[in-house]
Amino acid sequence: MGSFMAIGFTALSATGGLFTLGLARFMFPNVLAEPPSRFKVGFRESFPAGKVETKFVAQFGVWVINSEFQGQQQIYALKTVCTHLGCTPNWLEAEQKFKCPCHGSGFYKDGINFEGPAPRPLERYAIRLSDDGQLEIDKSKAFHEELGQWAEPESYVSV
Amino acid sequence: MAIGETVRNSQIWKSIFRHPMPLDRRNRIVVMLTNFFLHLHPVSIKKQGIALSFTWCMGGVTFFLFLVETVTGVLLMFYYRPTLEWAYNDILALRDVTSLGILRELHRWAAHAMVITTWLHMYRVFLTGSYKPPREFNWVIGVILLLLTLLLSFTGYLLPWDQLAIWAITVGSNMARASPILGYEGPGQQLLTIGGIDMITDGSDARFGLLGARFVGEETLNRFYVLHCIAIPLAAALLLAIHFWRVRKDGGISGPL
Repeated sequence: MGSFMAIGFTALSATGGLFTLGLARFMFPNVLAEPPSRFKVGFRESFPAGKVETKFVAQFGVWVINSEFQGQQQIYALKTVCTHLGCTPNWLEAEQKFKCPCHGSGFYKDGINFEGPAPRPLERYAIRLSDDGQLEIDKSKAFHEELGQWAEPESYVSV
Repeated sequence: MAIGETVRNSQIWKSIFRHPMPLDRRNRIVVMLTNFFLHLHPVSIKKQGIALSFTWCMGGVTFFLFLVETVTGVLLMFYYRPTLEWAYNDILALRDVTSLGILRELHRWAAHAMVITTWLHMYRVFLTGSYKPPREFNWVIGVILLLLTLLLSFTGYLLPWDQLAIWAITVGSNMARASPILGYEGPGQQLLTIGGIDMITDGSDARFGLLGARFVGEETLNRFYVLHCIAIPLAAALLLAIHFWRVRKDGGISGPL
């Protein structure tokens, strides 16, 4: 049987501890309002071989590219987020490379990093042919080259 | 003067000012002890406490700038709305629509100055050895206050919601995702996997807790606004009170032990 003070202060500390835990949990909302992650970008014919399509960068944050990767002609979608600290690289058509304006990271057309502080290649979004034949990108799934995930069939569409 | 005498003998005056004018030593002490604002100060301080070449007064200047920031900050709140729709425009309005038009600039300049004077203050404390025992803990409180000052700058930077703000916070917060254990791209992220379920993901790591979302957006603006205006200033005020208390208890500023 503890003293009156001991019981009181123990109860106070326990309440304080529970409050702190509740506070931490409170800071993480259960539901987020985000734009839909899936969207269509057109038919395969709109993306001729060698093209880096930049018209979806502002609204969707993605480049749609038709190029050769490891001997295969593919259409794939690269995430427009530099893997260094998150700025948006620019596609330089004349030099055929992505260059980040923040700290100078450079990526080849296939997204592989080759200069600057970026530690890994640009990420790919899932891309597939939807029922009506259009290319559909799903931003909720990302593929990392350095984890071998670019071999997965969801990360590209063969042409 | 007869009017002065009448006023000072009136009930209204005497209800506010309970003691005579502090014109002699006794009444000066009485006022210092009984006035709400003045009783926070010591009744008297040692002469060396105001030796500028020793103290630099940078701690006092920093506190003064904190008060300037609080006042200008509250005034800015009358015109600024932390939403995607209005944030940027309200900052322009503060410049173009309000009188003088430099309130936002005053807030910004005082913020820059406060970081500089904090650094100068810490430098002075280091040079005069005022961090040595028994004053070590006050130094620790000072370091935490430095962190809070920098966090105030960080959270305030986002509020204008321009390109500079958004990208600076994107880059700054992206570093949080590489934190050990608590960041979803950091080492040891799997340590907090319970029953096969990842506890730390891009929707539940330290970066998410800071931003309130998975990218810098409206939730971040609101969260940073609350942190900047309420949460961090409250924490800073509490620590400042303890910081000053410790100086008093250790014999006053620049006092020997």
